[in-house]
Amino acid sequence: MNHKRHNNIDNDRKNILISFYKAFKAFGTALPVLLVVILVLGLFRSFVSSRMLAAVFTGELFQDTVIGSLVGSISGGNAVTSYVIGGELIKQGVSLVAVTAFIVAWITVGIIQFPAEAAILGKRFACVRNVLSFILSILVSIATVKTLMVIQ
Amino acid sequence: MRQKREAQNAEEKGNKERSYGAYFLCAIVFLYLFLFLFEPEKVQKSLKASGHMLVQIFPALIVIILLMALMNYFVNPKIVSKYVGKGCGITGWFLAVFSGILSHGPIYVWYPLLRNLRNQGMKSGLIAVFLYNRAIKIPLLPLMVHYFGIPFFVILTGYMIIASIAEGHIVEMIEGRFSNQM
Repeated sequence: MNHKRHNNIDNDRKNILISFYKAFKAFGTALPVLLVVILVLGLFRSFVSSRMLAAVFTGELFQDTVIGSLVGSISGGNAVTSYVIGGELIKQGVSLVAVTAFIVAWITVGIIQFPAEAAILGKRFACVRNVLSFILSILVSIATVKTLMVIQ
Repeated sequence: MRQKREAQNAEEKGNKERSYGAYFLCAIVFLYLFLFLFEPEKVQKSLKASGHMLVQIFPALIVIILLMALMNYFVNPKIVSKYVGKGCGITGWFLAVFSGILSHGPIYVWYPLLRNLRNQGMKSGLIAVFLYNRAIKIPLLPLMVHYFGIPFFVILTGYMIIASIAEGHIVEMIEGRFSNQM
């Protein structure tokens, strides 16, 4: 009886160690691409300013919405940054639809993260997901602002 | 025999991913060196920002490695397929939406865990739903309300959940079509 219990404990210990080994191995495989994403985000932070981002908007509603989505897609980083830049863009006269598209695309579309996503989750999945997220960021922003206008 | 083949495939995929990552890493190091020739201060700033990011995401990395290990230990393909696999039904979609909303840390640190789950049978559509809902950040609610107001936050969140489910279904449809062709 005792011998059986010891065997079970030994097996459990072995399985836990194997689980950790597998987890570290899987993460180690993904580490170089994750480092690439972090290094590109670092470049983005110091080379692209919010003033540079504001300069690309034209003042035309639909065009600005698409531009907002595009800029959000190629930008990256913490969501907080997108809210702060979004607030700045509104102050500079960019429409709420465009800013919403920018914020939504910032988090849902990841051009900077694309190499990592494609390497880990597959190229087709990454392509389809990012293209859909880009289109949806435009639709979500239009729907949000229209609904907001109806309510207020 | 089948298990051996699957393990071999996983090993090959891992090697491919490692070399892909190494190429990218070399390219980005060269880009840093190149930019350093023209903008040394900005490159230093970039490195500092990257280092800061790495420190910030370190706790998330530990949590994710722990989660992966726990999932390796407790979760098997049967459980995955029951809750987030092909026959999961509406529960799987709810799980993907809420786990996406509650998850923390940058999106890219979740990729290895999601790949593990997919290898065990998680639907691609639910991975897309999870990733989309990561855009809804409850801890950042006060900041969003400060900039855009409560009605904006509520409406945007509602539409984003709807959009995530639509995206999940389309991803599922496209992936299904390709796997049928294979």
